[in-house]
Amino acid sequence: MTSESTTARVTLSHLDELWFQVTGTRCNLTCNHCFISCSPHNNSFGFLSRTEIQNSLEESKQLGVKGYYFTGGEPFLHSEMVEILEDTLQIGPATVLTNATVLKDEWLQRLQQAQSESRYSLEFRVSIDGFDAETNDPIRGEGTFARAIRGVEKLVHAGFLPIITATRTWKDSEDSSMLSGFISMLKQRGYSQPRIKLLPTLKLGAEQNRSGGYSEQQRVTGAMLQDYDRSQLVCEHSRIVTDRGVHVCPILIESPDALLSNDLTTAAQKPYTLSHGACFTCYQYGAICSNISTGSGPSGASS
Amino acid sequence: MSVRLALFGGIYNNYLALEAALKAAKALGVDEYYCLGDIGAFGPFPDRSFPLLYENQVHCIQGNYDDSIGNQLDNCQCGYTDPRDNYFAQISYDYTLENTNADNQKFLRGLEKERVLKIEEQKILLCHGSPRKTNEFLWESTTPLHFLELFFHQREVDCIAGTHTGIKWHANTSLGQFVNVGVLGRPENDGTTNVWFTTLDISRDGIQHNFHPVVYDYDRLSREMQLEGLPDEFIETIQTGRWTTCLEVLPQKERQRLNH
Repeated sequence: MTSESTTARVTLSHLDELWFQVTGTRCNLTCNHCFISCSPHNNSFGFLSRTEIQNSLEESKQLGVKGYYFTGGEPFLHSEMVEILEDTLQIGPATVLTNATVLKDEWLQRLQQAQSESRYSLEFRVSIDGFDAETNDPIRGEGTFARAIRGVEKLVHAGFLPIITATRTWKDSEDSSMLSGFISMLKQRGYSQPRIKLLPTLKLGAEQNRSGGYSEQQRVTGAMLQDYDRSQLVCEHSRIVTDRGVHVCPILIESPDALLSNDLTTAAQKPYTLSHGACFTCYQYGAICSNISTGSGPSGASS
Repeated sequence: MSVRLALFGGIYNNYLALEAALKAAKALGVDEYYCLGDIGAFGPFPDRSFPLLYENQVHCIQGNYDDSIGNQLDNCQCGYTDPRDNYFAQISYDYTLENTNADNQKFLRGLEKERVLKIEEQKILLCHGSPRKTNEFLWESTTPLHFLELFFHQREVDCIAGTHTGIKWHANTSLGQFVNVGVLGRPENDGTTNVWFTTLDISRDGIQHNFHPVVYDYDRLSREMQLEGLPDEFIETIQTGRWTTCLEVLPQKERQRLNH
C-alpha cells in the first residue's frame, strides 16, 4: 500500500457549520475531562470581540454557512454574549454550548425575545455529566450539579428546550441506565420532554491525564475512509474561529497543524489530514458536534 | 397565461390523504401534478398509493425512501441518528418493503432524483430534500437565506421546491424562492389532524405559492394501521397531530409547536 493510499485526507465539502471559540479557554469550571483543559486561569486562547465575530458572520454569508456555534470555555463569561447571539440570529440559527452555571434570567428573556423575532432557532447545549451530584460533581467540580440544574430550570422557564450533553465517562454498556437516570431527573425538575445527547470522551487535554491518551493504533487511515460517509466527520463541513485564526475543528484547536489560515475563505479551501487520535473518536462515533439529540420519547420511554 | 401545479410531499403510504388531495387539487383546476418523493413509509397498504399516482399522471421525484424500496436496501436512508427514531423508522421500512410489489418497486427504482421545469419563462427545480442531497433536512428555523441563495446561484432557477422534513414553509431570497411543500403522509406536529399540499401558480410575472390543508378520513387510516399491526405510536400521531417518533431531528422552533 502506498503512503498516499493510507493518508486520510478530508476536503471540506461545504462550510455548513461555523464555530466560534468565543471565550477562548477561559471557563469558570475546571472539569477533569475537558479536552482543552479550560479553567478560570487558562488564557492560552483569548476572547473574541463582538466586532471580530460580526466580521466573520458577514464573511460567512458569502460562503453560504448553514449554522453558527459558540463554545469556549464558558461562552457566558463574555460580557457581550447576549448581543453576539442577537447579532447571529439576524442571519442564521445559533447554538451555544454552556455549563449553565452563570445564566441570568434577564439574559434569557432577551434571548427568547430575539429568537421569537427571528426566523431562526437558538439552541442551548448544556453540559452535565451525571444525573446527580454524586456522578456529576467528581467530574465537573463540587456543587456544579446543583448550579447547572438551576440553569436548566431557568432555560426551561424562559421557554427554551435545552439539549443536555453528557460525556460518556461510564462504560458504553451503561448508556441505557444513564439515559433513563437523566430523563427521570430532568422530568422531576419540570423539563417534560428532555433532549439529551451522549458524547464520547476525547482523550486530549485534562481527559488525557484522567483516562490516558490514544494509542498509536487509534488513527484513521485512508483505507478506513473508503465507503465511509465523510459527512460524519466534523472537518468535512466545519471550521472554527479562535483569537489565533481559523482552525479545522473545535476539538483540535491546540494542535499546531489544525490552524489553517487567518481567514475563513482560505481555511475553507484547505484539506486536512486526519493524523490525531481524536480524529479516530470522531470517525468512530460520527456527528459528535451536531445538535441531534437522543429521544426521551413522548411517553418517556427510550427504546 | 398562468399554469397551476400541485406539489405533493411525502405520501408515506397515506393513500387516503392522497385521494383527498387529488380531489382538492382537481377542484382548484390544477394543470399538472407532481410528487416530490417518499411514496412509502409510516402508513398501511403501500401498494394502494401507486394506482392513484398512475391514473392521475402524477410525475414523481425519487425520495430516499423510494430509492431504498426500489433497490431493496437495508434501511430507509431517512437520515435519523437517534436510536429510538431509527428503531421506529426500521419497523415502518421493513413493513413497506415487504408490502410493495415488484412492479411498484421497479417504478420507484426508475424515478429521477430531481427535475427542472421550464414554464412561462420560469425555471422550477423539484427535489426531495435539497438540491445537493436527497435526505437533507431543510427546516425553516435552521436554513439561512444566504445558504439557500447558493443553490439559486449554482442552479440558475427561480424556484426550488422540496419536502422531506414533513413541515411546510416558504422563503423569498434575493435570488429566488424556496418552498417546502409539506407532506401528505402525517400531520405537521401542530395538534391538527389535517395534512398539506402546495400549489404553484406560474406566469411570466412570477410564481405564487399557496398551501392547502387536506382533511381526510384519518379514523379509517388509523383502523387500517391497527389492522396491519403498525405501532401505536404511529397511530397516535395520525389521531392527535402530534409527532411521537422521528422527532429528534426537529430544531427547537419546530419542536416548540407542541412543546416537545
